[in-house]
Amino acid sequence: MTAPHAQPLLQVENLSKRFGGIVATENLALTVGTGELHAVIGPNGAGKTTLIAQLSGQLAPDEGRIRFDGQDITALPMHRRSRLGLARSFQITSLFLDLSVLDNVALAVQAHAGHSFRFWRDARSEPELRDPARAALDRVGLGARADRPASLLSHGEHRQLELAMALAGAPRMLLLDEPMAGLGPEESVRMVEMLRALKQELTILLVEHDMEAVFALADRVTVMVYGRVIASGAPDVIRADAAVREAYLGEAEGGAHG
Amino acid sequence: MTGWLSARNIAIVTLVAVLLLLPLYIELGGNRFLLSLFTRIVILAMAAVSLNLILGYGGMMSFGHAAYLGIGGYAVGMLAKEGVVSGFVQWPVALGASALFALVIGALSLRTRGVYFIMITLAFAQMAYYIVGGIARYGGDDGLTVNQRSQFLPPVDLTNKVQFYYICVALLLASVFLVWRLINSRFGMVIQGARSNEIRMRAIGFPTYRYKLTCFVIAGTMCGLAGALLANHTDFVSPSMMYWTRSGDLIIMVVLGGMGSLFGPVFGAMALLVLEEMLPFIIKVVATPLFGEVAARASEYWQILMGPLLLLVVLFARGGIDGLLRKFDRKERP
Repeated sequence: MTAPHAQPLLQVENLSKRFGGIVATENLALTVGTGELHAVIGPNGAGKTTLIAQLSGQLAPDEGRIRFDGQDITALPMHRRSRLGLARSFQITSLFLDLSVLDNVALAVQAHAGHSFRFWRDARSEPELRDPARAALDRVGLGARADRPASLLSHGEHRQLELAMALAGAPRMLLLDEPMAGLGPEESVRMVEMLRALKQELTILLVEHDMEAVFALADRVTVMVYGRVIASGAPDVIRADAAVREAYLGEAEGGAHG
Repeated sequence: MTGWLSARNIAIVTLVAVLLLLPLYIELGGNRFLLSLFTRIVILAMAAVSLNLILGYGGMMSFGHAAYLGIGGYAVGMLAKEGVVSGFVQWPVALGASALFALVIGALSLRTRGVYFIMITLAFAQMAYYIVGGIARYGGDDGLTVNQRSQFLPPVDLTNKVQFYYICVALLLASVFLVWRLINSRFGMVIQGARSNEIRMRAIGFPTYRYKLTCFVIAGTMCGLAGALLANHTDFVSPSMMYWTRSGDLIIMVVLGGMGSLFGPVFGAMALLVLEEMLPFIIKVVATPLFGEVAARASEYWQILMGPLLLLVVLFARGGIDGLLRKFDRKERP
């Protein structure tokens, strides 16, 4: 077996994005190896969410190139990237609140089950949609909640549902935007356990504020400040990096971030 | 979960029974005018059902839905004027023209959101209104009398009022059935997902535009059929069929009955049209003993009551009639 990090799954070169005078991403390069859990950290406003938006296709970069599994996906729309196996979860929970929990995940399954110009058969009784959806819910521990309206779940459960939806399409890579945001201590522990299990099977790009979680999970860490990468490497190296400590970690230890 | 014997289901069964048995009641000596009123209710209910597909289930706030009533109606009227009276030609043309119009409007308007979407659909419908009003050959603003109803093969005779009524009821029920299948299919799940959270739909891999456009065309086509029926019912078509207030009426029917509920628009259409007939009468009866002659004139302004009534529904009965029935069911259950 070759080292899992040998083949890059996601390659970002020279990525730039400006909003008027504000530089959100500046000449950014990033490589995520197959099977790797790659964490991206940085203070608020460092451009992490903008990065994820560009990787998922929600935003078009001004410059640069994004390659997924060797294929140039820079110009591909969101739904095409998703079908290639690049799944995204949202920082601000973005669900179908007026549908049931199971419907939410079943829609994510359906997105990968060919076109949906099928007008007659009852989609809620199709095992090829419902079974994988139930499996994904069980995987994140929401199996018992399947038939509830999504609006009635707790915040922590919403995050779990987000993850189930990302998993439902059997993706090869997950883009996770602050999956820990707003979780209580117990929920956070459960989420870390879940991600630890997922990283056995998937490549993950994790944007996260929770340093404890990042250093517990990541194979590699990239630090962003003002749209630029200031350091990238193994967690131990990053922890020891003086520039990083100054720019970010020191500040975090000072209690400025939650 | 919910038992079969819910207030909602009882109301639906009663509604369908009333629609089916109405001609019998008239045969037994009821007011003949009711048949004409109910034919109109059934036809406009069909238009409301089609609007509900995009508005209630798809979250597409079209303010130009009456355009298809006019296009379907004028397809019948214009062809009749030119001597083509076969329903086998007229009706497919009505459906095709409505579908095409919906395709064009939808293709342009569905790229926009919110107020812009409302304004574009409204603008297109008003454009159709003015174009039709400007064609002198087909009556212009005065409208066009349809001298002969659509001709089908012998047993079918649209001039027979009872038969025509039953054809309308059958087509209404077929529309509701079609919408029911659609919204529960994969296609329907995409439409409802896009209403709920369109960005997320695209993020998980759905090109939502083409699904919404398809839905928009289906709804327009369905409403075009209602237009063809309306022309046959009134034996007359005029630009006012597609005036923006008529689009507003259709929206009111959907909201009053309950957006995104299967039979809601049918209840809504019935409630609105029956109220329209009854309010002047009620005002007269209630107010005349109190205020005398003045009240008789006041009854002409029955819309004064309609406004506040709608306001109450919007404020206190969000789900419309269907919402009230469901609320009742929840209270009933322990």
